[in-house]
Amino acid sequence: MIIPHPLLGPRDSQEFVYLGDATLMDRPDPEKPNAQKKFYEYMYLRDNPDGIHKELWFHEQGDRSWLIVTRNTVTHEIIDAVLANDMGFQKGNKP
Amino acid sequence: MSRNRLQSGLIDKTKEIHFSFNGRNLTGFKGDTLASALFANGIFLVGRSFKYHRPRGIISAGSEEPNGLVTIKRSGSTVPNVQATTIELYQGLEAFSQNCWPSVENDFLAVNDLIAPFLTAGFYYKTFMWPKSFWEAVYEPIIRRAAGLGALSTQSDPDEYDKGFLHCDLLVVGAGVAGLWTAWLAAKAGVNVLLVDEDFLPGGRALSETEIIDGMEGAEWAASILDKLNGLNNFRYLSRTTVYGTFDHGIFGALERVTDHLLTSPEGKPRQTLWRIYSKASLICSGATERLIAFANNDRPGIIQAGALRSYVNRWSVKAKGSVVVFSSTDDGERTVKDLLEKGISVRALIDPRTDQQSDNLEGSDVEVFQGAKVVDTFGRRGITQVKLETSTGEYKTLDCSFLAVSGGWNPNIHLTSHHRERPVWSERIHSFLAADSLPNNMTVAGAASGDFLTSEIFKNSAKKVEKIIKSLGFSKIKYNLPTVENSISAKLDDDPLWYVPYGNKRAWVDFQNDVTVKDIKLSHQEGFISVEHLKRYTTLGMATDQGKNSNVIGLAVMAEATGRSIEETGTTIFRPPYNPVPIGAFAGRSRDKDFRPVRLTPSHKWAEENGAVFIETGQWLRAQYFPRNGESHWRQSVDREVLQTRSSVGICDVSTLGKIDIQGKDSVEFINRVYSNGFAKLPVGKTRYGLMLREDGMVMDDGTTARLGENHFVMTTTTANAVGVFRHLEFCRQCLWPHLDVHLISTTESWAQFAIAGPNSRKLLSKVVDKEFDISNDSFPFMACRELTVFSGCRARLFRISFSGELAYEVAVPSRFGYSMMSNLLAVGKEFDAVPYGTEALGVMRIEKGHAAGNELNGQTTARDLGMGALVSTKKDSIGAVLSRREGLNLDGGYSLVGFKPVNREDTLAAGSHIFSEGAKVNAKFDQGYLTSAAYSPILESSIAIGFLKRGNERKGEQVRIINLLANSNIKAEVVSAHFVDPEGEKLRG
Repeated sequence: MIIPHPLLGPRDSQEFVYLGDATLMDRPDPEKPNAQKKFYEYMYLRDNPDGIHKELWFHEQGDRSWLIVTRNTVTHEIIDAVLANDMGFQKGNKP
Repeated sequence: MSRNRLQSGLIDKTKEIHFSFNGRNLTGFKGDTLASALFANGIFLVGRSFKYHRPRGIISAGSEEPNGLVTIKRSGSTVPNVQATTIELYQGLEAFSQNCWPSVENDFLAVNDLIAPFLTAGFYYKTFMWPKSFWEAVYEPIIRRAAGLGALSTQSDPDEYDKGFLHCDLLVVGAGVAGLWTAWLAAKAGVNVLLVDEDFLPGGRALSETEIIDGMEGAEWAASILDKLNGLNNFRYLSRTTVYGTFDHGIFGALERVTDHLLTSPEGKPRQTLWRIYSKASLICSGATERLIAFANNDRPGIIQAGALRSYVNRWSVKAKGSVVVFSSTDDGERTVKDLLEKGISVRALIDPRTDQQSDNLEGSDVEVFQGAKVVDTFGRRGITQVKLETSTGEYKTLDCSFLAVSGGWNPNIHLTSHHRERPVWSERIHSFLAADSLPNNMTVAGAASGDFLTSEIFKNSAKKVEKIIKSLGFSKIKYNLPTVENSISAKLDDDPLWYVPYGNKRAWVDFQNDVTVKDIKLSHQEGFISVEHLKRYTTLGMATDQGKNSNVIGLAVMAEATGRSIEETGTTIFRPPYNPVPIGAFAGRSRDKDFRPVRLTPSHKWAEENGAVFIETGQWLRAQYFPRNGESHWRQSVDREVLQTRSSVGICDVSTLGKIDIQGKDSVEFINRVYSNGFAKLPVGKTRYGLMLREDGMVMDDGTTARLGENHFVMTTTTANAVGVFRHLEFCRQCLWPHLDVHLISTTESWAQFAIAGPNSRKLLSKVVDKEFDISNDSFPFMACRELTVFSGCRARLFRISFSGELAYEVAVPSRFGYSMMSNLLAVGKEFDAVPYGTEALGVMRIEKGHAAGNELNGQTTARDLGMGALVSTKKDSIGAVLSRREGLNLDGGYSLVGFKPVNREDTLAAGSHIFSEGAKVNAKFDQGYLTSAAYSPILESSIAIGFLKRGNERKGEQVRIINLLANSNIKAEVVSAHFVDPEGEKLRG
């Protein structure tokens, strides 16, 4: 596969390490009373869609940025790739 | 020699080539394949079939060949399963038949053919079910010996293989008429074109047919186009190269047989190169494979595709001896007869199942034409001698012949179009499958592969297709004139295709390589296998190395008839890479033996080498394991000496392999506080602290020390094994979880040469190393202190007072280029203390004696609580893994704790991996109390010792337990003790 790196252009997927579902960015709030349950869901429950999937890839053999890649799991078409860092800011992940 | 050859053709009769087959010395010519040379020498019987060991001959002239697989002797080794039809003849080639014993003419296991009624579809599934114990002991070895293709030499592969990368705008697969023509049009428009073909000559079918293109013979025309293309610098041609797979996003895999056509590879040249091709668009011009017709005994040597016979006669000038009978349900039958007659080869008859054909071209010849007739059976023991046919009026006739050329139409080679799971679609026009209408990644199919079988149509239609591609790639239109084609025979196909000829109870072969017959397919249907996917797996139809190239369509047609459905409704299985087999060696490339993966050397490696170190691989690293001295004959002598000398005076060890991560930024301390479970917020500048890192699921991930060199500057160390994973994890935390934190990470593992200096004399030694202005006395540089300073008169260094051995100890780091001189100078200065270098073995012994957890204990299944470090998971702050580490299931009573073990009898040796049982308990999983993780001989305690996880271990010190090692069949009585065998109060390291 070829991943369109937002800074470096098209790169072979062999340069990357795959992590999984991009919901891993949404770490629950440990202060909330139901934190145990939320963390359990965050850690162990994932959707496994046939189709569009947002997932995390690490450019380990490159600039070491984490990307959120939007990929069709059936056709492997890659619709989008953005820096996870930028997305984290937009989501307002807790400082 | 040339008496077996015709006048024309594409072999060079001035260049004789000597080769051998099954030990027989034979001669061929330059331009021959092994198959064409064998054919010219009158050899047709080349192998035995997979299951029944029936005599088999070559049936094709290309890479679809299912029968003609031979073993080649090469470079002092053997290469099995080489297709005789694709290997080029070279001086000294030695080839052998396979799957036969004692010889291909007299094969012992041909007895399988006599018991054939028992070897039907699903035979293995039905027969070898019971008794279960017989499977491994009796059945499998017998089947393995009897079935199977060529054998591996079991030696190391003597050849070299390379890998390469190519980029192009347009990849054209196949240099036949369509491929050359479209490559030429695209390249002329300025497109960067890569043309790949598996043959050693360009032209594809045009090399084997007698059409005249633009006034030239096919081969000449092909060479002239390639000549023009080679003059362009936006064109590259790879011959002898098979595109074996289509991958995502326009990536293709291709295997180039660089030197397979030579006896040995010239120095420095690989045998084969595996190419990874990146393309913006692709044109699949991979041609078509001629389909046979299934009839009784259709597998005798001498029965051949009509098109293959034309290839051997037209291209390779083989003078087929005896007479030929042609059996064809298409106009190719007539084309074949005509070509053969023109070359002076005797043709006995043309058998055409169609009833309404005109055969004007054959008037005036001796060829008997049987319209509306079918071949029903053949005869001949090691090759065909007679055919039996049924005429249109239902009479049977027997004709003598030495060859039977068969054509049932052509199947487009659409494999590369369905590697993305695009399902081929059935075409009533050509009675075969075509590529799906819409293909991903700008892929187009042209030529015979797209169902165009008429050369003039190919030129016209493929030009339109390539024009579209040229436009899509942003290049402008080009002008062209379509080439003229003469001497062409129409490719009219039968409206009612003939798949097989039923005749009595005799076997008609569909898949030659896996010995699947029409009967097998019908039987599997009777037994309830109605899905094509099940049919394939039950009968093994299409599962051999030819991947069903010859058999799939006929097999599906028989299946469709049996189920009363159309072929379209029956559906087809789809293809997977590789199109043709690729040797494992090519996939490995140069990543083999010592080069399997990169080797990382420590900064003091050269010094260790010069000082006689024995090395050990730890991951990618090569580390000094121990340093034997004269008179030491056993590794334990060296290791014990290194431990004792370190504990009594001072020892030095290269610990540069530990991961080092430089952390800077104003939120560094906050970041570190979140990734370690224990508190770091109050770590003062100039101090180091032990850090425990959890995974988010609450298990221990890694541990190490982190030093605060400045207000916003930290250096974190990780274990050697987890250096890469921890860095990845920290970047995940930084970029994905807490993008607002001002923190930056750099891996500095390879920037610093770091040495542990351990033992009661370590400070004395260091005081002679560290420059005078720096005070390292116990008061000003206490346990866990750190600072930047200089050593050996101005060399930049970092000093940490940390201890893995439990001794008074330091770690000193200098830029890694000083690794060699640092090690030798430390030892030179340490001479007065008799300082010793020590390796990973002594390092391990000392950390087990001290009870420090390492990789064996941090195995991904242990919690902080198991390690006795539950208190290091702070409840006052959030950190990765903190929440889930408090899960009920990880905090049950009776959980593991890390404790030490000492054998009651000093002579006994404890082994890591052994399991722990209570005295008198049964030895099974139910009563398992835990396991040993690390064991060593302690020269200080003069006993074997171990640490490990024991249920409620903390409460059981003093108890005697059984240490069971079922692998070594040992059962040792041991006492549960503290994991800290040496200096449990930690007085030494603070001294």
